[in-house]
Amino acid sequence: MKAKIDNANATALQRMLDSQPVWVDVKAAHEVIPAMDKYQIFHAGPPVSWEEMCQPMQGAIVAALKYEGLATSTDEAFALASSGKIKFSPCHEARAVGPMTGIISYSMPVLVVENKTFGNLAFSTINEGAGDVLRFGAYSDNAVHRLIWMEKVLAPALKAAVNKMEGLSLKVIMAQALQMGDELHMRNQASSALFIKTMAKPLAEVVDDNKKLQEIMAFLTQNNDQFFLNFAMAAQKATADAAHGIEYSTLVTTIARNGVNVGIRVSGLGDQWFTAPAPPVDGLYFTGFSAADANPDIGDSAIMETCGLGGLAMAAAPAVVRFLGAGTYRDALKYTNDMYEITVGENPHFAMPNLDFRGTPMGIDIRKVIETSITPVINTAIVSSKAGVGMIGAGVARAPLSMFEQALLAFVEKLNL
Amino acid sequence: MVSSPNELFNQPLAVINIGLKIFAEALQEQAVPCVHVDWRPPAGGDSNLLAILAKLNS
Repeated sequence: MKAKIDNANATALQRMLDSQPVWVDVKAAHEVIPAMDKYQIFHAGPPVSWEEMCQPMQGAIVAALKYEGLATSTDEAFALASSGKIKFSPCHEARAVGPMTGIISYSMPVLVVENKTFGNLAFSTINEGAGDVLRFGAYSDNAVHRLIWMEKVLAPALKAAVNKMEGLSLKVIMAQALQMGDELHMRNQASSALFIKTMAKPLAEVVDDNKKLQEIMAFLTQNNDQFFLNFAMAAQKATADAAHGIEYSTLVTTIARNGVNVGIRVSGLGDQWFTAPAPPVDGLYFTGFSAADANPDIGDSAIMETCGLGGLAMAAAPAVVRFLGAGTYRDALKYTNDMYEITVGENPHFAMPNLDFRGTPMGIDIRKVIETSITPVINTAIVSSKAGVGMIGAGVARAPLSMFEQALLAFVEKLNL
Repeated sequence: MVSSPNELFNQPLAVINIGLKIFAEALQEQAVPCVHVDWRPPAGGDSNLLAILAKLNS
């Protein structure tokens, strides 16, 4: 049995390593998600009902219903959301990911990323920047107007530019950014800068209206350091999906949180979720906030950790350590070194200068997690438990051990051992 | 070769601590040279999980 599992894991790992995620297009969600209708909404994390959802996720859904024109007021949107007419599903089950609340509705433009090696597609929302934003549960008019501007102005420009470029390799930007001090989950300063440097000329070429071009460049360059995160998430999703469905593989291909529960999926166990209560985030809070104000861990952005970045690559990003309240740089080294204990390989394409160019830990094995009791470390933003308040800090969360225990038990049951 | 515990404790100690870090920290606070090994029982000592791991790794 060991040989079968090890071989399957080697195959899954190789598929992750061989993946070449390329941003190829921007399309409306309903154009890429089969049979999607206006009354369908996708969310971060494992399945969750409206009644069970945390406040920020409910707030984001209210914003989406107003944005879609399905409700003309906040009260009407809450009533519709709780009426049973809206179908809620995890983004991950539609080959998609979204940070924080992760809400994707019918008309929202999504980034289309193609894994050129294996042909699979992955989708992500476009990052809204800072302030009043849906991903943190805001449903104000400002939040809705921003979504409309992104659909009408930003998305067509990005689409035209990437079409003209015939695609943009995301792995190249991610590898460079890792060497410039990003871990690509909570620090995307370098990746966003590289992205904007790459896109400035193509955008200028495809946007004729000078006022619109100014708006776009202001949006991309002002208070928007996490803009590249969504591209990286789609790249990681395309990479993880390529390693999913390998019989006998015990590698984790999904880690995602909905603010109430966190769930994992395993390559050799189909689409079954293994869940546990979402953990609290240990971190630093903005002035005026404390742990008492925080929602438990939320977002599909743990796809960064699933494929070896974010918390797993903390050693690459000394600057993020203080931002997260994660101790000293020595602690960051320990986080990454611990992650080598639960992974089956390393990614030489993502070399970390601070570890003498050692590759990032890659391929989380549920057997190793159980054996060592070391669980994946997740770097993350902290959102207020009240809808609309937004981001109140940043920190580190640990994926609960019980999910991995459940997965291991399901694995032996499936194999009749 | 140390012949008795008394003789051992009558000379400078260099300690390797395995497991609970608090013992290493206590020695380090007393300026006793100590290397800590971060070790814990496999599968947290859970016999059921250990049996499953043994099956999967056989």
